[in-house]
Amino acid sequence: MKVSYFPGCTLRTKAKDLDNYARKCAEILGVELCEIKDWQCCGGAFVSAKDEVASKLSSVRALAAARDAGQPLVTVCSACHNVIKQTNDAMQNDEEFAAKANLYMSQDKDPSEAYNGETEVYHYLELLRDVVGFDKIKEAVKNPLTGKKIAAYYGCMLLRPGKVMNFDDPENPTIIEDFIRALGAEPVIYPARNECCGGYVILEDAKSAEKKSNKVSESAANHGAEIIVTACPLCKYNLEKNGSSVPVVYFTELLAEALGVKEDTDAE
Amino acid sequence: MLNKTERQKEQILRMSGVNPLKCMRCGKCSGTCPSYDEMEYHPHQFVYMVETGDIETLRNSDSIYKCLSCFACVDRCPRGVEPAKIVEAVRLTVIREKGVSRITPNEIPALLDDETPQQLLMSAMRKYNK
Ligand code: SF4
Ligand code: SF4
Repeated sequence: MKVSYFPGCTLRTKAKDLDNYARKCAEILGVELCEIKDWQCCGGAFVSAKDEVASKLSSVRALAAARDAGQPLVTVCSACHNVIKQTNDAMQNDEEFAAKANLYMSQDKDPSEAYNGETEVYHYLELLRDVVGFDKIKEAVKNPLTGKKIAAYYGCMLLRPGKVMNFDDPENPTIIEDFIRALGAEPVIYPARNECCGGYVILEDAKSAEKKSNKVSESAANHGAEIIVTACPLCKYNLEKNGSSVPVVYFTELLAEALGVKEDTDAE
Repeated sequence: MLNKTERQKEQILRMSGVNPLKCMRCGKCSGTCPSYDEMEYHPHQFVYMVETGDIETLRNSDSIYKCLSCFACVDRCPRGVEPAKIVEAVRLTVIREKGVSRITPNEIPALLDDETPQQLLMSAMRKYNK
């Protein structure tokens, strides 16, 4: 199966691992990630104001490109996913916004046809759950992570706003725990798994970010986690910067390890 | 003719799409807000103060920069009020004014280290600059 792929700016720089493992594992699982040509940075944060149009156009362009390719759009980074999915929702449900965005887009060189939210947006984890299937992943596992206690850290962006993200139950998600089980490891359930690490305010109020991220890492540590797994480069950075006693790894790295392609990918 | 406060209120409600009259002031949004301790005014107060026109007070408070955009208040509000959107709209009315960026690009290099993800810089530009 072919899907359009939006890696985003951070995966191209500080989070290359997240990207490389995602590509390698997709290959093994029979999914071809076709990187969108000339994609532009999503901006890192969705601005909820309805009159903010220009900053959302990079997402609309990526969505329209996927539509034109007849493919769903897949993201890996939690922030890109949140921004693109919320933009898609606005294109579907906010006519005034969609009209303005399409007017801007019509000025592009080689404009696409007007876009109205036709593209299906998947986070890579949803691709694993809904398209590949966790059963198939279980079969493909070569090095099961038996006995490892792993804490899924959802944070805020994958889950909320729940009615737009439609990713999982925002108060009681199970997708990453199911993923962890498919790799043969043992998920650790802890209270802060769907609370925010405060990453956005690091530059403005480092103390506040430290407080929130410590709450998350301590909650995971107190429940016996040996590893915290995340999809978000900002969460990883924030937890590590503030001295998480539990190592934080990307979910794609765990997947690559379990599928037995981690070393190959690192060597490439 | 609308006075300045009425115009601001109208603008904030239009940008955010929030209807403050739906709020029953249960305080659940503020109870769940991870930045409660850092905020002088809390999410339920933003909703109420925009409704009553006490907008300058909010605009002048650092509370507008303390919101994490975690959307916990949005998902946990029993009335679908979406307080985070009102907090963001008030902040935008401030940072969209000329010369009121909270963090300017030349202040940023000193705040970075080797591992800082691009994502953080991009979102800071969205949150603190117009
Ligand atoms: S949770 Fe909703 S209804 Fe309750 S105070 Fe907050 S905005 Fe109002
Ligand atoms: S979105 Fe902002 S106001 Fe709402 S709960 Fe999160 S930090 Fe608090």
